[in-house]
Amino acid sequence: MVTNSGLVYLIALPLFGALSLLLLGRRADKWGHLLATALSAGSFAVGLFQLSEMLGRATESRPVTQKLFTWISVGSFNVDASLLLDQLSICFVLLITGVGTLIHIYSISYMSDDPDRRRFFAFLNLFIAAMLLLVLGDSYLNLYVGWEGVGLASYLLIGFWNQKAAYATASKKAFIMNRIGDMGLSFAIMIAFASLGTVSFSGVKENAHSASEATMTAIGIMLLVAAVGKSAQFPLQAWLGDAMAGPTPVSALIHAATMVTAGVYLIVRSNFVFDAAPTAQLLVAIIGAITLMFGALVGTAKDDIKKALAASTMSQIGYMILGAGLGPAGYAFAIMHLLTHGFFKAGMFLGAGSVMHGMNDEVNMRKYGALRKFMPITFITFGLGYLAIIGVPPFAGFYSKDMLIETALNAGGVKGILLGGTALLGAGITAFYMTRVMILTFTSPKRWDDNQHPHESPILMWAPMAILAIGSVSSGFLLSRGDALKHWLEPLFEEHGEHTELLPPIVVSGLALTMVAIGVALAVVKYQLSEVEAVAPENVTEFTQIARRDLLQDEINEALFMRPGQVLTSVLVKFDESVIDGAVRGIGQIAMGSGSSLRRTQTGFVRSYAMLILIGAAALIAAIWVVTL
Amino acid sequence: MIDFVSPTLEYALLAPMLIVLAGALIGVLIEAFAPRSARASSQLFITLATLAISLASLIRVRNSASTTAAMESVTFDGAGMLLQASILVISIIAVLLLADQENFTALASTLPGSDEERTSLQKDLRVTEIYPLTLFAVAGMLLFPLATDLITLFVALEMLSLPLYLLAGLSRRRRLMSQEAALKYFLLGAFSSAFFLMGVAYLYGYSASTTFAGIHAAVIGSTGNDIYLLLGIAFLSIGLLFKVGAVPFHAWSPDVYQGAPTAVTAFMAAATKVAAFGAMLRIFYVSFAEAYWQWRPALIAIALITMVFGSLVAIAQRDVKRMLAYSSIAHAGFLLSGVIALNKTGLDASIFYLFAYGVATVGAFGVVTLVRDSAGEVTDLNRWSGLGKRSPWVATAFAGFLLAFAGIPLTSGFIGKFSIFSAAYESGSTAILITGVLSSAIAAFFYIRVIVLMFFKDPVEDGTSVVIPSIYTQITIVVSAVVTFALGIYPTPLIDFIQSTASFLR
Repeated sequence: MVTNSGLVYLIALPLFGALSLLLLGRRADKWGHLLATALSAGSFAVGLFQLSEMLGRATESRPVTQKLFTWISVGSFNVDASLLLDQLSICFVLLITGVGTLIHIYSISYMSDDPDRRRFFAFLNLFIAAMLLLVLGDSYLNLYVGWEGVGLASYLLIGFWNQKAAYATASKKAFIMNRIGDMGLSFAIMIAFASLGTVSFSGVKENAHSASEATMTAIGIMLLVAAVGKSAQFPLQAWLGDAMAGPTPVSALIHAATMVTAGVYLIVRSNFVFDAAPTAQLLVAIIGAITLMFGALVGTAKDDIKKALAASTMSQIGYMILGAGLGPAGYAFAIMHLLTHGFFKAGMFLGAGSVMHGMNDEVNMRKYGALRKFMPITFITFGLGYLAIIGVPPFAGFYSKDMLIETALNAGGVKGILLGGTALLGAGITAFYMTRVMILTFTSPKRWDDNQHPHESPILMWAPMAILAIGSVSSGFLLSRGDALKHWLEPLFEEHGEHTELLPPIVVSGLALTMVAIGVALAVVKYQLSEVEAVAPENVTEFTQIARRDLLQDEINEALFMRPGQVLTSVLVKFDESVIDGAVRGIGQIAMGSGSSLRRTQTGFVRSYAMLILIGAAALIAAIWVVTL
Repeated sequence: MIDFVSPTLEYALLAPMLIVLAGALIGVLIEAFAPRSARASSQLFITLATLAISLASLIRVRNSASTTAAMESVTFDGAGMLLQASILVISIIAVLLLADQENFTALASTLPGSDEERTSLQKDLRVTEIYPLTLFAVAGMLLFPLATDLITLFVALEMLSLPLYLLAGLSRRRRLMSQEAALKYFLLGAFSSAFFLMGVAYLYGYSASTTFAGIHAAVIGSTGNDIYLLLGIAFLSIGLLFKVGAVPFHAWSPDVYQGAPTAVTAFMAAATKVAAFGAMLRIFYVSFAEAYWQWRPALIAIALITMVFGSLVAIAQRDVKRMLAYSSIAHAGFLLSGVIALNKTGLDASIFYLFAYGVATVGAFGVVTLVRDSAGEVTDLNRWSGLGKRSPWVATAFAGFLLAFAGIPLTSGFIGKFSIFSAAYESGSTAILITGVLSSAIAAFFYIRVIVLMFFKDPVEDGTSVVIPSIYTQITIVVSAVVTFALGIYPTPLIDFIQSTASFLR
């Protein structure tokens, strides 16, 4: 494989930014955000350069590697810290650095009043570096470093305003739930090492067919656990809503566009594992289908604009995971949806941030309304994102989601009908809740009081939104024209046989658009044409109540894990205090007691010291003598 | 009448030692002729320059083949070179501590509490004799692990000991205690030297030779009377075990460590240990290896007792210097397992351990010199509480050295302990392994207790403070800390170097 010594700069630039901003401390307050933004942009430029280089090479020689150093070398087990840039990772590199840079620019203005803006930018750069390492690592172990790095950055940024106890708790919740996923990844690595003797992507790929299916299934399921944790999929989805505690640019970058999609990356990157483990692959698709429905249902009941968007993120990633679970037929579409989603969801989050910026950080959509007149740019950019996410042609989401639904339907048999049906239904619900967000925020009558003075955001904020909106409009068309992305990624995946078509594509599109139309219509009737109350009504159906409480996810987690866990902890603490500490203290006391008594041999008199030497000499001679006899 | 043979001397190989001796003589001349005001700075310069040149000349001959020199009284080989280099490096960073005049009395000849003492203090006099004395001791230490002749070994032993006896008595504060310590050290040192000489005599009686090679040949050939060998090994060991501070020959060390000026303690604790263990390794590996079944059980017993005793008694200490003294006793026990291992791994591990421990020791005592009140150094541990809050850097450095002593990973101490215990295990001494690990656990208790005291207790308001370290002390502490952590994080280059270099010429 071609080596390229330039890859390291992708990571080194933002890493340098993070370190220098953290180490320089307050000294960098004045210009830290500019440096961080410039470094992120620099990394994007390196990415573009690498893309142009890659385009200039023949298909088979497109992937490039760079060995940084030998990381672990124990006997026959060798892991290099190496980077791998291939057709898949370049997509991510450009998404991360491109969207990342826009969000850096946005944050300059958004965070301008925050005294800790420098620290914020340091963490953003740290995140960019870690995320790049995640997608550039050439082995599961290198990926793991990045995986933990983004987890750390996410934790730091969710809890960025940790002076509020609830926000600090939210960051802990995210961190702990992510740990479960991380355990999965470490188990996957351990199984791969134990049974295949290698943890590199290429090594595992080579062994994927010779290893037993059971092994591959085990690795696959553990990788799925990892993906479920990081991408907030069912049943580890509960942290994402709370993660909205972080500043809105963070929600846009980390919890919408990039980090939460790491699970999709992991599964697509591990395509060789899942292709060799059909059971695990089916499980991936099922988890994706459950989550897309779960997130969509939660989204219908949320009044907090960021939480509604978070539910939608969960649901859209569900689509991607579903696609990734459909095997070679779905990988490219999962990635395509990931990229288009990166544009429109980041754009909408930034739009939500812009709305909050103009509304004194109010997040309750029931206190919004009629903002179209006051924030025209935000309305337009958000609206374009909205059209993209619900899948109206020719906006981006139409292409990617339509392909996913079609592939799911064509998966064959009952499986295809169930998965495809769920995806179709999900599209309708998506249209409903996203229309609800649009209406409540922008087009319904105003419900805010006169203390509010909504206004459009400054150019540093709306310019990134506008650029992302362009992406929301065009990216789907560009990526799917002539199956561009599919052919681009094809060399990485195994060939797949032709599928029987359940329904012709045009019928699928028609069905999907019908669902969308129904969803939009329902929302218009319910929110635009009838009055919206400024306070959430209490006399609602059982379902709404449950959906407002995230389908009881926290209650279930608490009952199943937290309370038994607390009981277990308190029992263990008691055991620790009485038995273990008791033993330790006892031993400690014995040691101290004997120390004090032995100390008395130290009389301070030189004559007794000499005596001690003499006795010691006699004992030594005796000891040697006894042995000799 | 035997014809007198004029000795052949290989000056290139002997240069490191000769340079140090020459430097010491220059120091003496400065004492005699230079004006008082110019002495301190010129002595410090001469001493450092001497040690640096000596180290350079050692590096210059590093690749010469193993050989004997000076009529077979010394041997140059990989292990000897490494030990000499360790001694020189440790001496250089320890000498920097000597530069702080707060450590030493103004005029050694004055009676404690007398008017002369007061006048000398007012006149701001300084004892600059410490520098040549230190150099003489260093020369002895350099010779000690290279000597392959019992007579040379004895000369080296006295060469390194006599200046140390003097240096121990030069403390500025609590002078009576210091002088008492010096006297104790001298008396007991003389006592143990007598044992050592007895051992030399018996070994000569056994093998009709004073060279290591001759004794080795006699052991293999079993020509002599085994009783002589037995007594010879026992008596010789006592002299060496006294120097390294192994139980029950340790009693001097807490008193001397406490009484001596802290800078001297640092030098003594670190460099003497390298020299003495170097000599011990050589004689046991070269001469007595084949008679291991005779001495090994006894030495194992001593090692075990030393580890356990040192660790246990350290817990009961209230004085930081005494605590470090007992910790050094425990470390002597750990190091003995390298001697007992009697294999290449044991040799490599011992050399690494000696260097790592020596550097950390100098650093730790360097920190001790900084914690003072109006009456000088504060060594009462209770008054160290809360140090981390007032002087975070100093306390952090000290915590780092303590963690290294405790053998916590990412410090040099961990690598040292790990390798020396594995060597002991490899040689079949499971008892050493188990006891070593257990006493390390006990030892960790009191090291970590000091860390807790420094960082998690409130400061006491009694005038204890950390003085701003002089540039020399700063260098010592920083270098020691950097080496301690560097060897913990990335020890491979040094370990590889030791593995490829360390060997004894038999």
